Amino acid sequence: MNLLSVQNLTLSIYTFDILRDVSFNIDAGEIVAITGESGSGKSMTALAAMQLLPQGTRTSGRIMLGDDDITTFTEAELCAMRGNDIGMVFQEPMTALNPVKTIGDQVAETILIHERTTKTDAMNRAADTLERVGLPQSKFPLSRFPHELSGGQRQRVVIAMAIALRPRLLIADEPTTALDVTTQAQILTLLTKLAREDGMGLMMITHDLAVVADMADRIIVMRNGEVVEQGETKSLLHNMQHPYTRMLFNASSHTVTLPDTAAETPLLQVTGVSRDYRTPRKTLFGRPGQFRAVNNVSFSLNRGERLGLVGESGCGKSTLTRALLGLEPVQHGTITLNGEPVFTGNSPNLSVRRCMQVVFQDPYGSFNPRHHVARLITEPFHLLPDPPQGAARKRAIDEALVAVGLTPADADKYIHEFSGGQRQRIAIARALIIRPDLIVFDEAVSALDVSVRAQILDLLAELCTTYDLSYLFISHDLSVVRTITDRVLVMKAGEIVEQGQTETVFTTPQHPYTKSLIEAAPVLPDLKGQTA
Amino acid sequence: MSRNLIFGALLSAVFLLAALVSFVWTPYDFTALNIPARLQTPNLTHLLGTDHFGRDILSLIMVGARTSIAVALVAVGIGMGLGIPLGLWAAARRGSLIDEIIMRGNDLVFAFPSLVIAILITAVFGAGAINAIIAIGIFNIPVFARITRGAALSLWEREFILAARVAGKSAARISVEHILPNVTNLLIVQGTIQFSLGILAEAGLSYVGLGAQPPLPSWGRMLADAQTMVSIAPHMALMPGFAIILTVLGLNLMGDGLRDYLDPRLRVART
Amino acid sequence: MLRYALKRFLSLVISLAVASLVIFAVIEIAPGDPASYMLGMNAQPETLASLRSELGLDQSRPERYFNWITGMLGGDFGTSYTYRTPVADMVAQRLWVSLPLALYALALSTLIAFPAGIYAAARRGKAGDISVMGATQLGVAIPNFWFAMMLVLLFAIKLRWFSAGGFAGWDKGFFAGIRSLTLPAIALALPQAAILARVMRSSLLDVLGEDFMRTARAKGLTARQALWRHGLRNAMIPVLTIIGLQFSFLLAGGIIIEQVFYLPGLGRLIFQSISARDLIVVESVTMLLVFAVIFVNFAVDLAYAAVDPRLRART
Repeated sequence: MNLLSVQNLTLSIYTFDILRDVSFNIDAGEIVAITGESGSGKSMTALAAMQLLPQGTRTSGRIMLGDDDITTFTEAELCAMRGNDIGMVFQEPMTALNPVKTIGDQVAETILIHERTTKTDAMNRAADTLERVGLPQSKFPLSRFPHELSGGQRQRVVIAMAIALRPRLLIADEPTTALDVTTQAQILTLLTKLAREDGMGLMMITHDLAVVADMADRIIVMRNGEVVEQGETKSLLHNMQHPYTRMLFNASSHTVTLPDTAAETPLLQVTGVSRDYRTPRKTLFGRPGQFRAVNNVSFSLNRGERLGLVGESGCGKSTLTRALLGLEPVQHGTITLNGEPVFTGNSPNLSVRRCMQVVFQDPYGSFNPRHHVARLITEPFHLLPDPPQGAARKRAIDEALVAVGLTPADADKYIHEFSGGQRQRIAIARALIIRPDLIVFDEAVSALDVSVRAQILDLLAELCTTYDLSYLFISHDLSVVRTITDRVLVMKAGEIVEQGQTETVFTTPQHPYTKSLIEAAPVLPDLKGQTA
Repeated sequence: MSRNLIFGALLSAVFLLAALVSFVWTPYDFTALNIPARLQTPNLTHLLGTDHFGRDILSLIMVGARTSIAVALVAVGIGMGLGIPLGLWAAARRGSLIDEIIMRGNDLVFAFPSLVIAILITAVFGAGAINAIIAIGIFNIPVFARITRGAALSLWEREFILAARVAGKSAARISVEHILPNVTNLLIVQGTIQFSLGILAEAGLSYVGLGAQPPLPSWGRMLADAQTMVSIAPHMALMPGFAIILTVLGLNLMGDGLRDYLDPRLRVART
Repeated sequence: MLRYALKRFLSLVISLAVASLVIFAVIEIAPGDPASYMLGMNAQPETLASLRSELGLDQSRPERYFNWITGMLGGDFGTSYTYRTPVADMVAQRLWVSLPLALYALALSTLIAFPAGIYAAARRGKAGDISVMGATQLGVAIPNFWFAMMLVLLFAIKLRWFSAGGFAGWDKGFFAGIRSLTLPAIALALPQAAILARVMRSSLLDVLGEDFMRTARAKGLTARQALWRHGLRNAMIPVLTIIGLQFSFLLAGGIIIEQVFYLPGLGRLIFQSISARDLIVVESVTMLLVFAVIFVNFAVDLAYAAVDPRLRART
């Protein structure tokens, strides 16, 4: 008999249909991954299994946990089930814990809610559970507060809360999406270990096929609220039946071919750059401390070159980006573009800035919602001493929009009329419009669904041919950097620990940190020749 | 548009209209004393009754609306005129000494409730409507500075502001071009709330004699006059009280309604 | 924690110093000489001079500021120009009316607002919520002094349950004192309770949308348990801020309410002093009020740290 059996689940919130006729099973001790792009309904499926649904939700179909249909449970029965029979881990560890309670109290609460036992006993068992998830008491006493822990450690606390009573089923909703690659690998290993040890069913919700390819026993692919394909991992990946599954798989491992360039003249030169931040005083009248976010960084980027910068959060890549763009001064070292400093005295150097543009990560936050597209993408004209007017301006707008795959008619629309992928195209148009020498892509494809990401990568490769682009591509996603750059820098704790030709660095990494990064990054199995 | 917004706007409009009409017409001359007709309860000739001098209460309330609205409006103007630029400035120079000075200054003004400011001003310059305006207006400055800075701070972290900075625009220009339009909704809502608080404050100040001086009628002073009469002529206290409550209620409902109407998150759900 | 408290204390001292300078400066620019005001138009220049030196008015401004501040720190608030009695004595007597009134009102306001706000938040969008919110909407709009008059009309004149005004005095016993403060405290408290209930509700609703509330539900807590165990404490921070602000409104609002009920508190003292141009009293009483407000905000800052462990860690 199945541990969890979802049968013909259909779900709508008010008038919006979210799920249609979803059916699947999870057995005890089995790891099942539900994957799909945004809007596929995968998270709502997880919430339905917990019966933690938003107001106005109507469902039909059955969700069987063992012999019981939980859609018929009363609220009291559901409360007795949650945390006891089914545990759940969420995406955002930074906000999933109550900031004003200790981690010991929060883990013990799961036990105290469901069992008649003493506080001392619950605390002892909480300590054991925290030990199990890799937070030993010697280093992480029960009295710690969530803000004293890192993101990965907090996620371990959330897992401890979910497994404290050894539930039969654990639901993990994008448990590693907010974490760095190395932390992600550790959390995935932990989840797998816990499932195997306790014979617990594990429902993994993720958008990243690579994450589950070597972890899940079975994969369920969802799209627009329906299951398009499901099966045992190996056989599903080897004979994908549904075109959407194939598309998803190909997009996840999408590669592009960059045109060759002769990159010999130096464009951007960074020499011995350091950036310090003040930290709060340790004592009331003590001197404020210093935190060196970027330490003695030197590199150069030649005209026509596509350079990558990889590193985990907090490694200093955002600080470095701001310094390159002339948004913040640096304490030591120089940054020059075409031989001119980007920051002179106290103010940024405008003549240098007009040679440099940027594309940001968030397609939703990058635009002033009150301006139409023509005004948005011409904002960099502000940098020109003599910006084009009238017909010339119109021509420039049309050309930029067409270059990124949009139409001139889009110029009069407002930003909310576009999808995430289209917005990122508009951001690229804004960067292109003054024909800069250098474009900085700051995590520019990280917020996009894989299929959209593949299209944007194609666009970049195409623009490399037509516009002779030079760019700095900053990302935490190794597979993207590998295909879209010629050379790569690896950054750790404010320093560049390794640099070289992209392919060389990826195939024969020298620095131990680079090795651990590449090892931790989940990869899809190479199926070339078998799927054709 | 919600019922709150419509009902609130209508209620506020009634009193605004009464104030405007009072410039050209009131049922009776509000300065004319008519002792034989004093202390009449509401009737057909005097819809809201008469006071202890026989003056028509409806006329007094119409002219009083003028005082209340003018004082509160100018006080909001002072608060916005100084508070918004200060807030924008502090946000543009966030973390700097200027930011610190502006925000500490705000805290300091908060330590002087508007009544205390009014008392100080009155002690020095004497009572009057102008001083009431200044007292309420000064207290409005930190309210607007704080709310502007708070909203602007989160905007400064948004990527479209970074994009504008990469486009070489100065902090002042970004503040006017990008920040201000995106905090306007918030300021309109807060403006309505401060407007209603201003009407309450003006009534309080006039009641204790620190606001508008005779012969200028005001709702607060009408209530002060009514106090000694409350046992024999309760309508003298009820009528101006209702005027204050309905105006403030109208403005608050309008503020709530506007907040919902202008909230972009709710707008998505609406379209 | 100690570092946080010290830092807040430093900021309290600075605020007080600046506030005292502002008050001193405002009183200084007041036109007219208190001495000639006290002695009338026809005073002899010699008597005027001797009175001026008696009042310390012949000293330089920095000297007078310094004397005023050091005096206040030592409990000497100067001598009233009109009554020729120490201001400290006058203030102390009045404070025993004004302070209990403000605290009484604060207690009432909190006792009403907390249950109302929590009830409304727990029943969001249902009839209970809508009626509580409607009542608070009205409560916010009612001027407290008008409400006070209505209370007098109903409970003192019509029903004769309370006296219409005046203060029995604490020497007649605690309950006699409380009884004469009850109507004023209700008048002060209800409009403030309406504001506080609205803040409590919206703060709770914000917290209810947080991720950790969903985590709590996933553990098996009922909606009610999650609200009490995880929601309330997190919702307290904005509520504490408002309570702090309300204390200053209650002290100041008390000044007006004292007029309605003829209570011999700081409010009446200050108005008598204004009309008598007894500026030293005005100066000292405003300073005292401002001190109370700043001190309460300091206490609120400490309360934040008790509620939120993140603040304890920060400097």
